[in-house]
Amino acid sequence: MKPPPFEYHDPRTEAEVVGLLARLDNAKLLAGGQSLMPMLNMRYVLPDHVIDLNRVEGLSYIREAEGALEIGALTRQRDLEFSDLVRTRCPLMHEAVRQVGHRQTRNRGTIGGSLGHLDPAAELVTVATALDAIVTVAGPTGRREVPFAEFPAGFMMPSIALDEFITAVRIPLWRSDHGFAFVEFARRHGDFAIVSAAAMLEADGSGRPARASVTIGGATIAPQRMRDIEQGLVGQTLSQQLFRDLCESCRALEAIDDIHAPAAYRQHLAVVLSRRALQAAHARLNGTAVLPKRH
Amino acid sequence: MPHSRNIALTVNGERYEREVEVRLMLADFLRHHLGLTGTHLGCEHGVCGACTILLDGRSARSCLLLAVQCDGHDVMTVEGIAPSADALHPLQEAFRDHHGLQCGFCTPGMLTTLIEFLRENPDPTEEEVRIAISGNLCRCTGYQGIVAAALDAAKRMQAAPA
Repeated sequence: MKPPPFEYHDPRTEAEVVGLLARLDNAKLLAGGQSLMPMLNMRYVLPDHVIDLNRVEGLSYIREAEGALEIGALTRQRDLEFSDLVRTRCPLMHEAVRQVGHRQTRNRGTIGGSLGHLDPAAELVTVATALDAIVTVAGPTGRREVPFAEFPAGFMMPSIALDEFITAVRIPLWRSDHGFAFVEFARRHGDFAIVSAAAMLEADGSGRPARASVTIGGATIAPQRMRDIEQGLVGQTLSQQLFRDLCESCRALEAIDDIHAPAAYRQHLAVVLSRRALQAAHARLNGTAVLPKRH
Repeated sequence: MPHSRNIALTVNGERYEREVEVRLMLADFLRHHLGLTGTHLGCEHGVCGACTILLDGRSARSCLLLAVQCDGHDVMTVEGIAPSADALHPLQEAFRDHHGLQCGFCTPGMLTTLIEFLRENPDPTEEEVRIAISGNLCRCTGYQGIVAAALDAAKRMQAAPA
């Protein structure tokens, strides 16, 4: 298989990328290439220009600043996986990224590419939804920040203009004693999840949740925060029965129906996986369970 | 040639300079331009793992990389694993001894993937090996021989570090 002919650009600076995006029609951005390259090989996309971001300086970093993790858009998934900062400060992302594809694809795939591609079943998209990530995009009028709640404009369609591109993502951190879990169901190891669930809990002085985040990925056209479950958890004494009752609301999701699974099956998985994620997050709350092992 | 560029890269320690079409995949560059046909192409969309090579020491699918992206970089293919033309790497010896291959189509990707994995994890468990090769499809062996070979290779490599 061969990609269709295109012109290739490999800019070195963010300003050059913005300049190219402003000047070129029908251009595609190439980051890790783990989605775009198969689409080119199969000619699902026919760009006139490919703008390769891999030689742009200063887009790969992970750092902690002002209560958040700041991650450059070109940071490889494998670097997230092996980052002590991610593992200790944002363990939900650590647990999720280990389930992204395979080592060969994580070596290339980037966080900015995952978020921009916006596959509703992608682990990092679900994590960004769960953590209220803030996406930084650069364009002709400078930089702007997009809260992740406003980031998906539709199915695999980020709210980024054609002359803009993702430069970084900021992840606000939770208290270090929070509970977390990322679970997914996929047919084969490394596949996209049919449905995934991310749960986070932060306790008040009495051990009841002061704060909760529950997200279902893969079931709907973009990962969905389950606000009714979150509100039902805050201030309550946690129990298996409470999780069971609250997670039933996932059965009302407007689920995708496709070749991989019917909508009713996705709704069922969402009920089961959200409950399992909450159980695991609860067990880890206040540091009663150990952090995932490094591997 | 329309949309072509000159690139210079290192493959298995040897430097190459070529003019290539910008849409040329690294896998096709290795096979058709350099004659290094050890790298196999199965699915050509990043699923089967047969075309795995090491780019700057990290495993990657060469069907998902453009040759131009490798300008200035270092590539290692299955041809670069053996220490010499008449000697096998301990990993290759272990594959031979444990029937880690039958038809051999997936083997280049298995070997390159495991070279990286065993460097990072010299004393792995069976589960870790299975996860490491989860992105490489084999239709002959049922994976048993491959896993046994990888575990044995880890022991051989620890006993006689390269």
